[in-house]
Amino acid sequence: MAYSDKVIEHYNNPRNVGQMDKNSTEVGTGLVGAPECGDVMRLQIKVNPETRVIEDAKFKTFGCGSAIASSSLATEWVKGKTVDEALEIKNTDIVKELALPPVKIHCSVLAEDAIRAAIGDWKKKNVVEGQAVSTPVAVAAN
Amino acid sequence: MSTVLSEPKLPAGVKLPIYMDNHATTPLDPRVLEAMLPFFTNKFGNAASRNHSFGWEAEKAVDLAREQIAKLIGATAKEIIFTSGATESNNLAIKGIGEMYRERGNHIITQVTEHKAVLDTCKRMEKLGYRVTYLPVNADGLIEMEDLKRAIDDKTILVTIMFANNEIGVIQPVAEIGKLCHEKGILFHTDAVQAVGKIPVDVNAMNIDVLSLSGHKIYGPKGVGALYVRRRNPRVQIASQLDGGGHERGMRSGTLNVPGIVGLGAACEIARLEMDEEATKLKAMRDRLKEKLESNLDFIHVNGSMEHHLPGNLNMSFIHVEGESLLMGINDIAVSSGSACTSATLEPSYVLKALGLGDDVAHSSIRFGLGRFNTQAEVDYVADKVIDVVQKLRELSPLYEMAKEGIDLTKVQWQAH
Repeated sequence: MAYSDKVIEHYNNPRNVGQMDKNSTEVGTGLVGAPECGDVMRLQIKVNPETRVIEDAKFKTFGCGSAIASSSLATEWVKGKTVDEALEIKNTDIVKELALPPVKIHCSVLAEDAIRAAIGDWKKKNVVEGQAVSTPVAVAAN
Repeated sequence: MSTVLSEPKLPAGVKLPIYMDNHATTPLDPRVLEAMLPFFTNKFGNAASRNHSFGWEAEKAVDLAREQIAKLIGATAKEIIFTSGATESNNLAIKGIGEMYRERGNHIITQVTEHKAVLDTCKRMEKLGYRVTYLPVNADGLIEMEDLKRAIDDKTILVTIMFANNEIGVIQPVAEIGKLCHEKGILFHTDAVQAVGKIPVDVNAMNIDVLSLSGHKIYGPKGVGALYVRRRNPRVQIASQLDGGGHERGMRSGTLNVPGIVGLGAACEIARLEMDEEATKLKAMRDRLKEKLESNLDFIHVNGSMEHHLPGNLNMSFIHVEGESLLMGINDIAVSSGSACTSATLEPSYVLKALGLGDDVAHSSIRFGLGRFNTQAEVDYVADKVIDVVQKLRELSPLYEMAKEGIDLTKVQWQAH
């Protein structure tokens, strides 16, 4: 399989690899995918409670090069955005940016799911007055 | 500031890319090429032309090749039928026997880790009204003789079990299977593509009635293979699947691929003379690779019995690392992976799954296929590179981190998509 230069670049230099304290109320964690499917992404965001801006993001991914690149890119894109802005990120944007072939579209879907799951987790911890948790929540089961 | 002045220096004896996928195909041995070359140019005759020297010359070369192939597997020259490769050989064996022995019975026995050329042919036979039993394998990848005994009934006409597996290198108990089949009067076919030329094969000692082999797995050319068909005790009959000029004792019509056949013969001759020495060398290199990986990495799993194993094969799972991402990191080394991501179907290797391995272990597997032209320096390079990339990817792997923290990954509720 031929990879795009951008996928290779993210694979060789993944951004924002790591872990944040999942118990912190400022941190939202999304763990999506399953080992038997060949992809698991964990994406974490650290949100400023005042501004709701995502100040930091970290990821770890088990998966193919396209899955690693999609999650690496996702951390880059969410940083500096408010949680509501981050929810606007679509998997198709990731497909376009990384020039993913059709068989790898599920990697971008998983990255979008990871963003939503992380934000959902953060919202659950910080039930904002009057604002129901509306995003689909994939629970970080660990 | 851009260009790097010096590329990292490679150790002596290492030239990139390194080919270590010799179960998929092998490079042509230069000695084989040399034997073939005249038959592309001035020795172009049709081996079936009986009335001039061009034909005689070609026929003589084909006869020599028949001898060379027969000698490698303990057969006689007349028992060798040329085909376009092992897929055709397997099709011809199973369909040809099924058709010829239909009145005697309609039951065929095979096993689950066969090559698709056997499995899909068997599925076709089912559509044609045959019954097929697919024996399971144990965690080592071996069939249980008791299962085979139980599967045989009075309608069984054929047992087709591979000699050695192309993914995990596991060698089936062929001699035992052959003995049982002969006692029961059932024909025994074996797809021996990965075994011939690599380990000793003797059709008489092992009671093999029909055997498939291929040129390009043994440093010969692509597009040529053979089917051994026993002529006595018992005399096996095969209904031809290609109609035409009645070549190859009527079993396989079509003008013979003389250069290819000459190459296949030469490849068998070299294999016969050098097999013992080569197997010893390959096994030593394979064991060195295995030991290096095992002593530097945790969470690894060797797939398939190492006791009954081809000398050049190592199939290993690097748990918590996905196979395709590993291949991407070692892209100057040609190996293959059982990961779903390397296939269009998104299904991980059915062979590894048949061993009872979870999909996650199958996704993490790499097949190393060492061959005649690999060197120890290459093995060391490959080991170092794999260790390096596995470690790097594990830094990225949430599963590795969780496993290290002692979390039981089977108890986690995953969000499958």
